[in-house]
Amino acid sequence: MKTICFYFQIHQPFRLKRYRFFNIGRDHYYFDDYANEDILQQIAARSFMPANRMLLDLVNQYQGKFKVAFSISGVALEQLEIYAPEVIDGFRELSKTGHVEFLAETYAHSLSALFDPEEFRNQVRHHAERIEALFGQKPTVMRNTELIYNDDIAEMVYDMGYTRMITEGAKHVLGWKSPNYVYQAASQPKLKLLLKNSRFSDDITYRFSNYSWNEYPLTAEKFISWIAATPPEEEVFNLFMNYETLGNIQPSHTGIFEFIKALPRFASEHEIGFSTPGEVLDNHEPIGAINVPNSISWSDEERDVSAWLGNKLQQSALKALYEMGERVRLCTDRRLKHDWLYLQTSDHFYYMSTKHFGGGQSHFSPYMSPYDAFNNYMNVLSDFIARVEAQYPETVDNEELNALLTTIHNQEKEIKRLQMELKTVIGSNEKRLVEKVKK
Amino acid sequence: MKALMFGWEFPPHILGGLGTASYGLTRGMAQQPDMETIFVIPKPWGDEDQSFARIVGANTTPIVWRDIPWEMARARLEKFMDPREYYWRRDNIYADFSYMHTNDLGCIEFSGRYPSNILEETNNYSIVAGVIARTYEFDVIHAHDWLTYPAGLHAKSVSGKPMVIHVHATEFDRSRGKPNPIVYNIEKDGMDNCDHIICVSDLTRRTVIENYHQPYWKVTTVHNAVDPLNPEIEAIERLSGVQEKVVTFLGRITMQKGPEFFVDAATQVIRKTDHIRFVMAGSGDMMDQMIRLVAERGIAHKFHFTGFLRGKQVYEMLKSSDVYVMPSVSEPFGISPLEAMQCNVPSIISYQSGCSEILENVIKTDYWDVDAMADAIYSICTYPAMAEHLKLEGKIEVDNIKWEDAGLKVRRIYDNLVGRK
Repeated sequence: MKTICFYFQIHQPFRLKRYRFFNIGRDHYYFDDYANEDILQQIAARSFMPANRMLLDLVNQYQGKFKVAFSISGVALEQLEIYAPEVIDGFRELSKTGHVEFLAETYAHSLSALFDPEEFRNQVRHHAERIEALFGQKPTVMRNTELIYNDDIAEMVYDMGYTRMITEGAKHVLGWKSPNYVYQAASQPKLKLLLKNSRFSDDITYRFSNYSWNEYPLTAEKFISWIAATPPEEEVFNLFMNYETLGNIQPSHTGIFEFIKALPRFASEHEIGFSTPGEVLDNHEPIGAINVPNSISWSDEERDVSAWLGNKLQQSALKALYEMGERVRLCTDRRLKHDWLYLQTSDHFYYMSTKHFGGGQSHFSPYMSPYDAFNNYMNVLSDFIARVEAQYPETVDNEELNALLTTIHNQEKEIKRLQMELKTVIGSNEKRLVEKVKK
Repeated sequence: MKALMFGWEFPPHILGGLGTASYGLTRGMAQQPDMETIFVIPKPWGDEDQSFARIVGANTTPIVWRDIPWEMARARLEKFMDPREYYWRRDNIYADFSYMHTNDLGCIEFSGRYPSNILEETNNYSIVAGVIARTYEFDVIHAHDWLTYPAGLHAKSVSGKPMVIHVHATEFDRSRGKPNPIVYNIEKDGMDNCDHIICVSDLTRRTVIENYHQPYWKVTTVHNAVDPLNPEIEAIERLSGVQEKVVTFLGRITMQKGPEFFVDAATQVIRKTDHIRFVMAGSGDMMDQMIRLVAERGIAHKFHFTGFLRGKQVYEMLKSSDVYVMPSVSEPFGISPLEAMQCNVPSIISYQSGCSEILENVIKTDYWDVDAMADAIYSICTYPAMAEHLKLEGKIEVDNIKWEDAGLKVRRIYDNLVGRK
């Protein structure tokens, strides 16, 4: 039986405020609260809220025959909790129905998988804990930032205890193969992979309201008939998209909500079901291995990581950031650790991309130009680095520092132990004294 | 296609950007195999490069008939042109100008600069244009900036050929919005009576449409380009002996160029850092005021003035810089950031300059946004990736901005006009 697997991505970065170099060393707050609140609330009103309501209705109406999955980055969760807690409540209700799955990802929506394995592991763990605390389910399927994937990441993910992962069905990787099957990683055959069907996903995300598209208007009936018309042995259709597709990228007047509402009806006519990624990966055996030596992602025509790592600016900013990783992990200052996470969000580096010159700056960048983005980010990062160094001087190298910290930590323990011993000794001495006096 | 161009300056004797731009354009157009240009200037010096255009000097064109023996003509004129041309032009004197002040050859003397009697010179230029237009054959007339508009119009009325005017700057740019009415009238008259207007940027195009009331279809933007550096300049080494990064302002120190904003940005940076020095190169009517301002701000220990730089010195200065800043308040095009980029110097330019319309690998700020400018200066001097990226990508970008392409656009305009007639 054919099955449709929906997964929606929810992410919003903590955008940085205008941070000039004369703020360095004086101002340690980096974020544009006004813009962040404004943007998040707009998106919540236009997209998240109505979409949550609609999905809840559908799940209830079809009693378990309609299912979806979500991946919500930690930074987005934090913003939702502050600015639109009703959206979190909506997800909680969805989670309670038992037909909604939450995926694991990096807490900061970061590129740590490519730069700092230890940071990656920490963030995934941190994110899973957060999801469990909020929605009462432990994520078991891994989704890396922007669906970035390569053979090394596969091994890393498997070593962390995940056996299931989703990524992009990039054409240059798949070749003649179809994304409509379950695959396994070439570097770690025990890791099952689910690949995005780019054509069907993009039909909804990008082409749905495009008047010049020859298939316009896209109806649920037509869409399901396309899926039904695929060869019978192709059973899995992975529609991975940004949650903002519903209501924001495709505004409600385009009829996107009605389209999604009608999908289950036509699907059941063709005996097409809905599943979550976890179920699909459990119910299907991999039919082949996927070899990905160079990183892929779901971004741009190239489906590679050049949107974040394409130029010198981005590379040097990322290098400067991740050089601090080890040092930051030794720190205990809570605010520092928060900022560390927020500064890792991939969007900051996307804004520095010079790939989109000519075609106009990417419309959701808050900056006038990539240079502006780099400049602002580096100023913030300079201040951040100075703060980290203020905690532990630069002259002490990481290993030495670690050793010193361990010594201090051990000595603390030792002191505590000795104090306890001292107490018992004093205690017993007192007792003895009292007994002596009594005698 | 033959074009009769009227200019005011021609390299190597140039006073501003006009000469460079009209020279570049003419050379770029010479790449087209069937393109011939006659370039008229008030006063040739004899060392102009004539390989791609025939230079005609207004001061060697007689307007009063004099009987000059061949030997004398040769002795006096050979270094400028074929002496026979003198006689051809003499055959086309069209009226009695003997009341005018002329020299022994029957020619008017021109300064070729921007003297105080410039209006008289433009008028004389237009008288001479009548002779030139009768002597030579051409298909189209092309006049560079207002000084040459009367000459162009005269040539048009004599020959009936279509006329294109090329706006490198308007009176509104030069005067920050308070135009001299006489100059404005000459400009407006030229624009009203020509057949097409070419502007060096969309910014200028807007000025021409809004302030000179021209119909939008008559006005086309053709952005300037830049000539490749010659090997001699390419070979110049960095001269600066200081450890600090050098940030340079280079240009006339006048209102239009926004020097005070550069000083303000420098003040911000110097107060906060100690690895950056500033240089203001050039001269102009605001120079003394800027020197006072720098002293008042107490930043003179890191802020230097060089005075006027000429020729190779300009490139020596650029090559010794780490950042080039052009905070112009209103700049029709502004070719100097392109030259800085050719020398691998990252540039910061104002949105109010025409070249910001075509440049991508530069940092753009508003001219009044001193904070942003200071921040950009700091960033380029502090984060090596930024400087490296701008250097590399900027060089690639600027090497692709060629006069040939600008020449093709101008050619299309000619073709349209000539075809229409």
